[in-house]
Amino acid sequence: MANRPMLEIVSLEKRFGPNTILKKIDLKVTEGELVFVIGPSGSGKSTMLRCCNRLEEPTSGDIIVDGRNIMAGTRRDLDRMRLQIGMVFQGFHLYPHMSVLKNVTLAQRKALKRSKTEADARAMDMLEQVGMAHKADAYPGELSGGQQQRVAIARSLALDPKVMLFDEPTSALDPELVGSVLKVMKDLKSKGMTMVVVSHEMGFARETADRVIFMDGGVVVEQGTPDEIFGAPKAERTRAFLSRVSG
Amino acid sequence: MDIFIDQFFNIDIMRKSLPLLFKGLWMTLQLCSAVILLGLIGGLFVALGNMSERRWLRWISIGYTDLFRALPPLVLLIFIYAGLPFAGINISPFAAVVIAFLLNNSSYYAEVYRAGLISVAKGQWEAAESTGLSPAQTLIHVVLPQAVRNVLPDLLSNTVEVVKLTSLASVISLSELLYNAGMARSVTYNASPLVLAALFYLVLLWPLVRLVSHFQRRLAA
Ligand SMILES: Nc1ncnc2c1ncn2[C@@H]1O[C@H](COP(=O)(O)OP(=O)(O)OP(=O)(O)O)[C@@H](O)[C@H]1O
Ligand SMILES: [Mg+2]
Repeated sequence: MANRPMLEIVSLEKRFGPNTILKKIDLKVTEGELVFVIGPSGSGKSTMLRCCNRLEEPTSGDIIVDGRNIMAGTRRDLDRMRLQIGMVFQGFHLYPHMSVLKNVTLAQRKALKRSKTEADARAMDMLEQVGMAHKADAYPGELSGGQQQRVAIARSLALDPKVMLFDEPTSALDPELVGSVLKVMKDLKSKGMTMVVVSHEMGFARETADRVIFMDGGVVVEQGTPDEIFGAPKAERTRAFLSRVSG
Repeated sequence: MDIFIDQFFNIDIMRKSLPLLFKGLWMTLQLCSAVILLGLIGGLFVALGNMSERRWLRWISIGYTDLFRALPPLVLLIFIYAGLPFAGINISPFAAVVIAFLLNNSSYYAEVYRAGLISVAKGQWEAAESTGLSPAQTLIHVVLPQAVRNVLPDLLSNTVEVVKLTSLASVISLSELLYNAGMARSVTYNASPLVLAALFYLVLLWPLVRLVSHFQRRLAA
């Protein structure tokens, strides 16, 4: 089922007061696809991502995850559906008062109601996958940014999400730590995870993305394969943006 | 000098007043437990109301904290103890003290909690809720532990104040530590029981005060 849509954004609109930040965005991400989102600061990339799990409440439109509309239903339905949507933040947001292991087991225990044994085992698997199993007993404050971000990825993965959203996952990292996080994301892609990635790592996009989306002023200006967007952008705004970021 | 020692440090009188003072201490401890426990719980809810997105809830809890921090606790106590019977409501001195000091203290606890809650980064809420935790679970497991740690010295300071506050209950003849010490004094015509009571308060509060300093230093580091 390569074409099964995992995440559908349907005429998503978001207003903050008088400002319309997202203007009727439509986007369909199929199973196993990695969609890479670029665009100037303030174009609405984060807002779009945050609407996908309703951290930001859409003004109108629908968000459909594996056939289920997350805009419908109660708060409890939303909590359940959020389990299927992993989110990775620029600032990691690990829980500083808990060990790495507890960070990864908390939602498994409280939201998924897994047993301690099961949650611990699953957490160790995920920490293994991101290369952080040896730090299971450490506290977030003792880890580098790159290590924290990999733990944050494990925290999301442990819930078996259907989609993973990344909002500038490497932007807060020292350059030498970026690679370790991108590698984890590449592994994830090769395992078939559906991913939406907002980032400035164009090299990663060329290598890993199935599709690149250029956003500006709250609309999707242009989309295509990495070769199309980076090699021969059609829209003037895309060209201007790319020439700016590539220096 | 002998008169001084005899008046303030009369061991014999102290020993004789000990049972009465212990009784008072026991009452003081009961008062403290009730006011502190209920205050810590009530204060949290008031703080949450204070930060609610619902405007009416915000207004009620802001009105509550403003009112009961502005009213002197002794005024509140006498009003509840001596005033309520006029409305046909009779309550025991113990209940009057608990209610009066609870209203006062939960307001202070609420302000401390509020400072703690806003000290926790918004990203913590978002990360937790994005993993499917409910708002209540997020509060209990993620936000509150961090909030409390950030304001632990203030929570403890406030608790010290509660213990001191309970001595005001002697005004309405509740037989707590200070009241009983006063009784012993008037029976023996000697101030030694008061000195002993002061010693009791000191033993009770000194570790707490130390703890406040300890946490303050640790947080500053
Ligand atoms: N809570 C908010 N209230 C008001 N305006 C907001 C809010 N959040 C975002 N905005 C506005 O929405 C617009 C889009 O913001 P957004 O963070 O989605 O952009 P972005 O594309 O992620 O930018 P960046 O590359 O800087 O992260 C900006 O103009 C921003 O000021
Ligand atoms: Mg952003």
